Amino acid sequence: MKDMSYQALMGRKNEIMKAAVGLDYSRFELSGLAFNYEAMMAAPGLDLAQIAAVQRDYAIGNTPLIELKNITALARALAPSGMGARIFVKDEACNPSGSFKARRAALSVYTARKLGYKGVVTATSGNYGAAVASCAAKAGLNCIVVQECFDSRGVGQPEIVEKARKCEAFGAEVLQLSVGPELFYVFLRLLEDTGYFNASLYTPYAILGIQTLGAEIAKQCRAQLGRDPDIVVCTNAGGGNLTGTAQGLKALGCHAQTVAASVNLKGLHMASDEQFNRKSFTTGHTGFGMPFASWPDRSDVPRSAARPLRYMDSYYTVTQGEVFFMTETLAALEGMERGPAGNISLAAAFSLAQTMPANQMIVVQETEYTGAGKHHNAQLAFARSQGIDIRFGDPQDEIPGQSIVLPQAPEMIQAQKIDLDHLRRSLIRKATEGHTGVLSDQEITYLARECNCDQDFVLSTYGEGL
Amino acid sequence: MASKGDWVRIHSVVLEPGQRAPQVPEDTARVPLELWIKGYLQADAKPGDQVRVLTRTGRLLEGKLLEGGLDYTHSFGAYVPEVTQIGEMVRARLRSIES
Repeated sequence: MKDMSYQALMGRKNEIMKAAVGLDYSRFELSGLAFNYEAMMAAPGLDLAQIAAVQRDYAIGNTPLIELKNITALARALAPSGMGARIFVKDEACNPSGSFKARRAALSVYTARKLGYKGVVTATSGNYGAAVASCAAKAGLNCIVVQECFDSRGVGQPEIVEKARKCEAFGAEVLQLSVGPELFYVFLRLLEDTGYFNASLYTPYAILGIQTLGAEIAKQCRAQLGRDPDIVVCTNAGGGNLTGTAQGLKALGCHAQTVAASVNLKGLHMASDEQFNRKSFTTGHTGFGMPFASWPDRSDVPRSAARPLRYMDSYYTVTQGEVFFMTETLAALEGMERGPAGNISLAAAFSLAQTMPANQMIVVQETEYTGAGKHHNAQLAFARSQGIDIRFGDPQDEIPGQSIVLPQAPEMIQAQKIDLDHLRRSLIRKATEGHTGVLSDQEITYLARECNCDQDFVLSTYGEGL
Repeated sequence: MASKGDWVRIHSVVLEPGQRAPQVPEDTARVPLELWIKGYLQADAKPGDQVRVLTRTGRLLEGKLLEGGLDYTHSFGAYVPEVTQIGEMVRARLRSIES
């Protein structure tokens, strides 16, 4: 009889994971703290055309790129003369499961089937669960989705409750848990019990799948406008969205800046039972975005394929109130009702567009489906029922967990820039923790790539820590 | 009373408060890690009984039988006047720009 205690199971993590992802990560380890990221991404042996073909089989991709002319007009009216870039949105809600996550799920499910697994397991409270369930339904594989859903009072976050419904609609088995990081323990136990494939968000498959999103943006901008976009804004949580999109843009030779955007949930503890239902965003927030950017390997695989600091040109936060405001604005001015989490990058783009010349263009690279539970009215009504103070005012006065401050006027939407060097230093410190000797050339090169910085920055940060 | 073969929802405790992961904050450490799942009931039972269910993927799991819990009750939520006001505000701004 195997020891199923928390500590014992976590101790078997590496062997369970190796069996569940069909990939031996030790192959990519280099000497010291470095590993060969490029070799890991190449291991599945799939190029962009092959990835697109797999996704076409699942009716995924080729979503429309839509110009938001009225929102652009509003941004221009608030911007100095001659400023106000054209704002476009990639309508990823058109994918079968209602979000860009379908792209990530398709390659995971395709790989699971090809390698002969009978089913897939995924740990997610968000759109990814629905995406995996949708692809598994089409592929004829069993699917189990593990969600963190309820607090200890049994109160479910409405967006997550909706996601459970959607997963069940696609035939998945949904395992719902109360709050806590031990979700990972339950997840490992499931992988061990079932022998199913780990449809992690962080394997090379899950990131390669997003490359088509970046590539489609480059192609569509060229076909529709005869030019490349200047900025592509990606909502950032675990970092996969930004990583894959940037890789897809680069593969097409598109040099648009890749900008990350997260909802500011500063001060809220992501593992807190009492604070769980005091936030209105279950993803796309700084509670994931910051720690995953500064330490990608905290994910559920030995080496994460999502390494956003390598590709991030800048990183902005917006508030919950700003995102709800833009979500309603998208419906009111463009006739597009979409989910709030997909509009985090729209809120940032609305602010950034006002700082760009009018002849430039900025692309918001996703939308998500909306409906009962997920709709911004549902989220605001739930927040109010949990005692959150919802009012008009200056969104910068918002205190996550206590208030949601809706902008008094659209000019109050002001994305706030994060200091990327702070995240870079944090990554270098974590990677070199316990390291006392001289860093090898290979390690220095690796860390410089990890942080998209020069070698002097790596050395001076490392030197400070000694 | 539920009959063998009914689609039901069960509840169980995965980790008791003393067994929680060392890194969880104090409010979370005080409460158990709970689990809810649905499946086909393996024998007649009444709510509160310890039962076995066969899940969608064919796994046999044990837990306490719950009354109901099968309805989807999430909605678009109670009326939030601020949502209407945002719509009015941005439509009015756009009209003033166009004129």
